[in-house]
Amino acid sequence: MSLLDVTDLTVGFDTEDGHVHAVKEISFSLEEGEILALCGESGCGKTVTAMAVPRLLPPHTTRLSGSIRLGGRELTTLPEPLMRQVRGSEVSVVFQEPMTSLNPSFTVGFQIAEVLRRHENLSRAAARGRAVELLELVGIPAPAQRIKEYPHQLSGGMRQRVMIAIAVACSPRVLIADEPTTALDVTIQAGVLDVFRDLRDRLGTAIILITHDLGVVADIADRAVVMYAGRAAEQAPVEELFARPRHPYTLGLMRALPAAAVAGPAGRRRLAEIPGMVPSPLTDPDGCAFHARCPRRQDDCLAARPPLVRHGPAHLAACFHPGHPGEQP
Amino acid sequence: MTEPVLQIDSLVKHYGQVRAVDGLSLTIGQGEVLGLVGESGSGKSTVGKCVLRLTEPTSGTIALGGRDVTHLSRRAMRPLRRDVHMVFQDPYSSLNPRFSIEQIVSEPLLRHKLARGREAAERVAAMLEKVGLRTEMMTRLPHELSGGQRQRVGLARALILEPKLVVADEPVSALDVSVQASVLNLITDLQRDMGFSCLFITHDLSVVEFLADRIAVMYLGRIVETGPTAELFAGPRHPYTQALLSAAPVPDPVKARERRRIVLGGDVPSPLDPPAGCRFHTRCPLAFDACRTVEPELADPRSGAHPAACHLVTAEHRPDAAVPGRTIGY
Repeated sequence: MSLLDVTDLTVGFDTEDGHVHAVKEISFSLEEGEILALCGESGCGKTVTAMAVPRLLPPHTTRLSGSIRLGGRELTTLPEPLMRQVRGSEVSVVFQEPMTSLNPSFTVGFQIAEVLRRHENLSRAAARGRAVELLELVGIPAPAQRIKEYPHQLSGGMRQRVMIAIAVACSPRVLIADEPTTALDVTIQAGVLDVFRDLRDRLGTAIILITHDLGVVADIADRAVVMYAGRAAEQAPVEELFARPRHPYTLGLMRALPAAAVAGPAGRRRLAEIPGMVPSPLTDPDGCAFHARCPRRQDDCLAARPPLVRHGPAHLAACFHPGHPGEQP
Repeated sequence: MTEPVLQIDSLVKHYGQVRAVDGLSLTIGQGEVLGLVGESGSGKSTVGKCVLRLTEPTSGTIALGGRDVTHLSRRAMRPLRRDVHMVFQDPYSSLNPRFSIEQIVSEPLLRHKLARGREAAERVAAMLEKVGLRTEMMTRLPHELSGGQRQRVGLARALILEPKLVVADEPVSALDVSVQASVLNLITDLQRDMGFSCLFITHDLSVVEFLADRIAVMYLGRIVETGPTAELFAGPRHPYTQALLSAAPVPDPVKARERRRIVLGGDVPSPLDPPAGCRFHTRCPLAFDACRTVEPELADPRSGAHPAACHLVTAEHRPDAAVPGRTIGY
């Protein structure tokens, strides 16, 4: 049994335009101290998948099925008061935009202490002391002064570190980070990624990292799930994924990166394009969702949906024509 | 020698106390793509706005095709606007939601009285084809288009008058990787075919490495290093450029984990009160005494190498003890 087991998770939303199939039959697991990346482009369902774990999806319009087990306990059917205990102390979340997730009218010290007082029943003074330690843990200089400051007094990188401090205040077993460095400059991003690595190494926190950036995946994740149109297209340890991508979508993403530019005709450098567009989430046709854009498309791709098939230890890909193992991205 | 398409000299733009651009010079030659790179708050977008006179420079001069346009009146500026166009970052807010694609793309033609009616429609159709959009798109409204299609409309609008210079401010930053690739290929093709010069403003190093001929790196309102793209990427000379290149994510787990990253301490200082001496000294791992008092010039006494504004490069103030520091590389 893994720390977190997600099995056949399907999430849809009832909207005015009809039923949106956001996530379809996703399964993955997360081990203690592991950094798992959920990656893919806008609308692939990566955020919905991760937010289903702490049940942060709108309750009245969400249709969810499948199982989410944390340490053996089923979360999808857990009564809300118990779920509230799980959130913050066992699973916590770092959002993309630290300015909108921090309350502008309270000091950062107060906001960190609030979590500790609620979940761990610490006294005011003890919570304050712990807040200073937490800021130190996430690499904020002069933490004793910083806890008295308000969010607007901090830079973007420092605010994100405060968000991480709040998220890890109760030593959660699973930390979900939704594009945590996307709003940050590269020189600041490097430092924040180091904080995540450090938390994993020192506290053994398991991390689900939601990102669109394959550079971030390569840098920090142990394993990655590449999502396309609500489903897992491929799943593998990162070294394996980048060395031997088996799904044509994964390969397409890697070749589309400016760093992968190749010489084209007339001395021009070219990027590999993925033609076409992502299918509408309002429909869920049979067959492979990627077939319309796929260079390896054949008749069988339309007839049935390719299941996730094992291509090596821990390497799964949902493709009928998964390419050759030696093929380089 | 032909006049540079764009020449900026000692440009300064202060917004009240904020010193957004603080003494910047650059030139762009005919058909050249200059990548202006910097992080948030470096002043890179302000440079673009000053070139188009969307904001008035505090001091300094901007010359287009050899003609000083810094103090031209709006009316005198108008005919020159045919030659300089802009592509914006956000394809959602830069297109008027009530205008059809045809209206949006034909507007420059009508505004400059270059074509109207049937002729304008034909030119719009031809331009849309060049940017890879079908002519049926002409009657659509922006909200009916995807992000990538909208950015193509933005390009069509900027290019329909065949400008000499295009200022592109983060034109692909809001797009997904697969869409970004096709828009970058398109920009490269259009630039080669139409021959316009381009000031390409971005935070993304991999994007400018792909399409720029030359790079200028900005930090706190100034250029710290500039040079031909391949040369600058192969041998960055300014410690900030070195840190920037070393911190950029590499989509290769083996390389990403082997390389030595230069992690900069602290944050970018406020442009309200930039540090004395070298603006980068507060975060520079190699700073020494002179860096705190003497501002380094963007010049290089040694011929053949590209300029970097660093005392370690210009050697004038370099203490001998600091020489081994030059080997940090990345």
